[in-house]
Amino acid sequence: MGRYILKRLLQGIPLLLFISIILFLLMMNMGDPVATMGGRRVTRSADYERLRRQLGLDKPIYTQYLYWLAGNDWTKTDLDGDGIAETPGTRRGILRGDFGTSLLARKPVLEVIGERLPNTLMLMVASEIIIIFGALLVGIYSALRQYSFMDNLVTAILFIAYSMPIFFIALISMYIFAVLFKRWGLPYLPTVGMFDPQVGRTTTQVLWHLILPVLSISLISFAAYSRYIRSTMLEVMSQDYIRTARSKGLPRREVVFIHALKNASLPIVTVVGLDLPLLLGGAVVTERIFAWPGMGRLFLDHVDRVDLPVVMGILMLIAVAVVVFQILTDIVYAWLDPRIRYEK
Amino acid sequence: METSSKPVQIASLPLDELETPPLSLGQLTWRRFRRHKMAMFGAVTLLLLFAYSFGGALVLPESYANYADTSMRLTGPSAAHPFGTDTIGRDTLARTIYGGQISIIIGLLAVLIENLIGITVGALAGYYGGLVDSILMRITEAMLNIPEIFLLIVMAKFFGGKIPEILMFGRSFSGSVVVIVVIIGLTSWMYLARIVRAEFLSFKENEFVLAARATGTSNFEIIFRHILPNSIAPIIVSATLGVANAILAEAYISFLGLGVQPPTATWGNMLDGANNYLESAPWLWFFPGLLILLTVLSINFLGDGLRDALDPHSRAM
Repeated sequence: MGRYILKRLLQGIPLLLFISIILFLLMMNMGDPVATMGGRRVTRSADYERLRRQLGLDKPIYTQYLYWLAGNDWTKTDLDGDGIAETPGTRRGILRGDFGTSLLARKPVLEVIGERLPNTLMLMVASEIIIIFGALLVGIYSALRQYSFMDNLVTAILFIAYSMPIFFIALISMYIFAVLFKRWGLPYLPTVGMFDPQVGRTTTQVLWHLILPVLSISLISFAAYSRYIRSTMLEVMSQDYIRTARSKGLPRREVVFIHALKNASLPIVTVVGLDLPLLLGGAVVTERIFAWPGMGRLFLDHVDRVDLPVVMGILMLIAVAVVVFQILTDIVYAWLDPRIRYEK
Repeated sequence: METSSKPVQIASLPLDELETPPLSLGQLTWRRFRRHKMAMFGAVTLLLLFAYSFGGALVLPESYANYADTSMRLTGPSAAHPFGTDTIGRDTLARTIYGGQISIIIGLLAVLIENLIGITVGALAGYYGGLVDSILMRITEAMLNIPEIFLLIVMAKFFGGKIPEILMFGRSFSGSVVVIVVIIGLTSWMYLARIVRAEFLSFKENEFVLAARATGTSNFEIIFRHILPNSIAPIIVSATLGVANAILAEAYISFLGLGVQPPTATWGNMLDGANNYLESAPWLWFFPGLLILLTVLSINFLGDGLRDALDPHSRAM
């Protein structure tokens, strides 16, 4: 097992390098970062050239990539434009943990992302909890009452939920729970931001503001997982060992929740682990609609203003997270299911 | 089993499966599909949506859809404007009709590109194996590792704003339609490539491939005339569901303001900025959103039914 994990980690490295090259090439045509730096003022052409040299944008793309990857503190750059490289570089490269400096915030990229990361993680964790527990509840319920009226009704609703675009879920739930509830004089949910600035960032406020975004992100995955759990539960419930457990006279609850669920939940582990990209994608749209100050909104804002170090940083962090989650999924799966052994 | 579709002919025969005339693959598929109630519902709804988008154009001209009556900004549903008007006074109903056309066309064309790339990559990787397989699958894996919406945003920026207006069928379309079609195609082929590769891996060991090779058939013909037709079922299912995903992808990217640029309407870009009018003008976002939902839902039902009909062994999740 140790060797297998090591092998997977080593395989992840060339994959990430490859992803970084694709993304870096895509960054090259996003727009001119210098053009937006001066704000409203028109940048003088001398300043423009100087800025390009400072940022290393005058270099060919493979040099830019190398500097981004491994830094430029081992070489000298030409800052004054006389053709002689005289100033030693200061960048240390992403391999040594230096993601560069944000062109907009003039702060290290990691710091900029770090400010937003906890907010997105909060959204992710809350959604994942809702998705897993909700789906288990609904999935088991419909599996135990297969083809009953409730099962069919739930199936129809889940199909609709699964086909809903996230923004439509968000807009409808905002309309119902914020606009209509307000109109009817009921307690209504907030739609924008993380907390009411008049109250301040308290736990209750954040939880209150969390409800609608989490609902929007989790509904699609919740629908998919519920269907998935229903079908794995149905499959397991028809196995011989379930019949044995029943004929032993075990209480139904014990058969369902201990014998069946334990085995039915195995495939769910893979789905949960591999759906991280989907959830992260959903966060972009959700954070935009609900003005949630997370990484997705940071990404959109900085894409708009061509802040390439931040955009690259976010994309690479996501790629690393996805690769790590894939490996974790495989490990957890092998650990849970003794039938699976990774050789070599 | 049901009785045959031609009961008159076999009425005199004993009801024995061997005696009934064999059904063609198409007939069998149609039979299984017809019994799938939700798939039939999906197919009918989809036809209605087609009629709405393309037939509606016969009733309301495109100039009407783009005509801005600034004295009628943000008016609610009424007899003259059943779906209300938008922020600059255009008729929302007419725009959902023309937006539907673009959304559906984008969905279909994007799936075409997706299939061209996905089938080629999957077929080459599966058939040749070895180094070709390793390289192609590493690319596939790398693309899968970045969430689609991020790739779409980056690519929309990469290709955006460079293509001029396109004139076709006497109408002008925003050039961004082409950009969106291409980038959706470029970011969605990975799952299909994996499916096709798996199919090729299992089929290439069969005797009919060996026979074809023995008679000197070229690799190109073995791939496209001998193996590919055998893997058509999963490809059709994936392409059907792909249309739904492409329409959704267009909606997401246009919702974020990076998609098709106005005045060309799509269901997605009609929603751009609509959340600012959440309370004051819900008709702005409700109707396009509902149409997207209906389309995606029907295509999902249809795809589900096709999967059951074409490939009874595999079960949808």
